[in-house]
Amino acid sequence: MALNIPPKKTPIKEQDPKERIHNFNEVALGYTPEEAIAEAKRCITCPTKPCVSGCPVHIDIPTFIKYIKEGNFRAAIDTIKQYNNLPAICGRVCPQEDQCEAQCVVAKIPGHEPVAIGRLERFVADWEAEQGEVKIPEIKEKKGKKVAVVGAGPAGLTAAADLAKMGYDVTVFEAFHKPGGVLIYGIPEFRLPKRIVEREVEYIKKLGVKIMTNVVIGKSIPVDELLSEFDAVFIGVGAGAPKFIGVPGTNLNGVYSASEFLTRVNLMRAYEFPEYDTPIIVGKKVAVIGAGNTAMDAARTALRVGAEKVMIIYRRTEKEMPARLEEYHHAVEEGIEFHWLRQPKEYVGDEEGNVIGVRCAVMELGEPDESGRRRPVPTGEEDFIEADMVIEAIGQQAQKVLLDEFPQLKKNKWGYIDADLETGATNVKGVFAGGDIVTGAATVIEAMGAGKRAAKAIDRYLSGEWNPWE
Amino acid sequence: MPHKILRKRKLAHLVHDFVVEAPLVAEHAKPGHFIVVRLHEHGERIPLTIADVYPEEKAFRMIVRAVGKTTYELCMMKEGDEILDVVGPLGKPSEIEKYGRVLLIGGGVGIATLHPIAKALHEAGNEIISILGGRSAEYVIMQEEFKKFGEIVITTDDGTLGMKGVVTDAMEYLVKERGEKFDVAWAVGPTIMMKFAALKGKELGIPKVWVSLNPIMVDGTGMCGACRVTVGGEIKFACVDGPEFDGYQVEWDELMRRMTQYKKKEEEAFKRFLEKVGDVSWL
Ligand SMILES: Cc1cc2nc3c(=O)[nH]c(=O)nc-3n(C[C@H](O)[C@H](O)[C@H](O)COP(=O)(O)OP(=O)(O)OC[C@H]3O[C@@H](n4cnc5c(N)ncnc54)[C@H](O)[C@@H]3O)c2cc1C
Ligand SMILES: Cc1cc2nc3c(=O)[nH]c(=O)nc-3n(C[C@H](O)[C@H](O)[C@H](O)COP(=O)(O)OP(=O)(O)OC[C@H]3O[C@@H](n4cnc5c(N)ncnc54)[C@H](O)[C@@H]3O)c2cc1C
Ligand code: SF4
Ligand code: SF4
Ligand code: FES
Repeated sequence: MALNIPPKKTPIKEQDPKERIHNFNEVALGYTPEEAIAEAKRCITCPTKPCVSGCPVHIDIPTFIKYIKEGNFRAAIDTIKQYNNLPAICGRVCPQEDQCEAQCVVAKIPGHEPVAIGRLERFVADWEAEQGEVKIPEIKEKKGKKVAVVGAGPAGLTAAADLAKMGYDVTVFEAFHKPGGVLIYGIPEFRLPKRIVEREVEYIKKLGVKIMTNVVIGKSIPVDELLSEFDAVFIGVGAGAPKFIGVPGTNLNGVYSASEFLTRVNLMRAYEFPEYDTPIIVGKKVAVIGAGNTAMDAARTALRVGAEKVMIIYRRTEKEMPARLEEYHHAVEEGIEFHWLRQPKEYVGDEEGNVIGVRCAVMELGEPDESGRRRPVPTGEEDFIEADMVIEAIGQQAQKVLLDEFPQLKKNKWGYIDADLETGATNVKGVFAGGDIVTGAATVIEAMGAGKRAAKAIDRYLSGEWNPWE
Repeated sequence: MPHKILRKRKLAHLVHDFVVEAPLVAEHAKPGHFIVVRLHEHGERIPLTIADVYPEEKAFRMIVRAVGKTTYELCMMKEGDEILDVVGPLGKPSEIEKYGRVLLIGGGVGIATLHPIAKALHEAGNEIISILGGRSAEYVIMQEEFKKFGEIVITTDDGTLGMKGVVTDAMEYLVKERGEKFDVAWAVGPTIMMKFAALKGKELGIPKVWVSLNPIMVDGTGMCGACRVTVGGEIKFACVDGPEFDGYQVEWDELMRRMTQYKKKEEEAFKRFLEKVGDVSWL
């Protein structure tokens, strides 16, 4: 091909790793309009547009990028917003290398990187916010029907916004004191500034959505009451419950779940202790178990709150690691050490019950497992890694506080809600579900997509067009 | 939505009795439930037990002992002041049934936790004997309330009221000297008291001693694992699987150790707080 496309993505300015490990400011600083236009020009507006099928909500990527090329940022953002309510967030946190950018034809040219679709999406979303007042779409006629949304994570917020735009009277119930779900309590400030989430929440409120924080459905309001007061219910309670490997020493002092560590820092702002009342303890040598996004976030956060040395311990290798590539690169730049092919067997404590290290089995890769990744198998050798703090980030499971109070709701064998993936419909009449509580821990954009599909299905159900429970 | 303090009364030095507006809590609380409060934007989330409810006022009662920054700050609040967040009711309710003869053992502000349980057990037709313990007479709270449910036996460390000694002495007295038999017991108070009450209960042949654990918590909804305790060899989250557990199954020493995790930081915050607010001897 004789195309003259710069092989590399237009670089994005970033805070110097030496500086940024001492602050919580955003790492990636975003494109200028000139950089965005230059990057947009790398897109060849190919007619097959495979990138669109890589995006879980099928954003019309070539069209929005074409508008950026023309400098028409307004048209670009309006195009994105037809598909995605939270572009400033997705542009920052989507695992683009597995989604839209994985399919980009430019990357098929030897030596070429894909078009930086995520960075462009982020650029136009931030551009719009800088213009001041965000456009509030006109709300169609009120439908006179009430919908409850349980959980204010990306799934719930998206469903709520779409339903409000359709004219439904929507109330979101959130257990925490702040809406946003993982976007608020999980993903750290340096990757996703909280003001961006707050901005999106403000927008959703302007659409007329009522957000009731500090309400735990199933506890503060029993399930029966909710079902009788609302015409339909969407459940998006997420998969926030921590899993522990369960090796000896799990309850030693100094062993944390990533959920606790990140919640203390992000939601409760423990990094500003004692200005904020919630404390956090950080070891000198911190071992983080796991290599997903949560592990990277915990490791990089530990560094920022003062750890001298941070290590990631993972039972497979770099290739199988589930974290976003960009975050892995950031972690490496920041000096985080990686111990591959190590599986914790025990957290070892001193006589006072404080953790002093991790005894690991040394692994090697064997045959591929169901997920297609090569299975780690023990070699029989052992290794001891010194650490005075351990953060387990091996994955989350279903948030059960509601499910335990809702036995009629059908669950699958992993304990998640058994809901139709296309509509979100569950076995209980008028009850829909989506996001991590249906799929298990996934991504922000997939949770959003589930919220959007459920909103459409709820509309069809409430307008009498469709009823899967008849 | 802020929550107004409707009434507040001092029960003893550093122990205060509050009635707080919270319609959802008042409507749905059951014995054994707790709430999580956050006083203000910079505040920590702390768990407190629901000691009673007043549905007509859409309010609930809580009894708080000032032990550190947040509880001091709370106890310094006045009638009419507002608490920023109240979340609840949380936890699993107590297993209330007609057991027969029930022994209730309360120590310090644990007596407040025991109060709704006692009320419900009484309504369910159980015969109740309550042991109420405190450091000295002043700290044996809610005596009149507990008399309504049956006999009360008081113990104080310094002998200023009732038996001189601790609650386990009174357990021994009731079972060994008076020959009382109990079908079940509840012990609620400081962790060390619950541990020894459980050990004593076992020794005295009481079939089961329920305890209400108070590990460090953050969210109170099962999302962080801070509150994990080992019960019967398994990891349980006290906020959603408890806070009440079978006292014979709890790994007490691990729990007590975990409760000291933040001690240094707590002391630092408390010292700063005292420097800011000055004399608090009146509290
Ligand atoms: C640390 C971390 C980093 C991540 N990084 C990325 C990333 O970079 N990119 C990416 O795409 N994905 C990432 N993910 C995954 C992504 O955040 C989730 O897939 C997504 O947030 C799921 O959205 P959700 O709406 O289903 O649930 P959640 O975001 O979990 O929200 C659920 C909400 O429901 C509330 N709730 C629960 N029970 C109740 C109840 N009974 N009553 C009322 N409210 C209730 C919870 O408090 C919570 O606010 C990350 C996850 C974590 C934990
Ligand atoms: C389910 C549950 C119900 C509770 N109910 C009540 C109640 O009804 N009334 C009441 O006064 N308190 C109750 N507590 C205890 C209360 O939550 C703590 O006293 C409070 O969190 C302390 O916060 P602080 O900032 O004031 O003190 P901190 O600075 O956190 O601690 C000060 C000192 O108190 C001790 N301490 C810390 N946490 C606890 C704890 N959870 N329990 C006991 N001692 C602790 C520590 O050793 C520390 O040195 C309950 C706890 C739980 C888990
Ligand atoms: S939403 Fe995510 S997957 Fe879709 S185009 Fe944007 S960055 Fe790519
Ligand atoms: S696949 Fe790549 S080049 Fe083709 S339209 Fe999508 S972004 Fe542009
Ligand atoms: S307090 Fe977080 S899981 Fe119990």
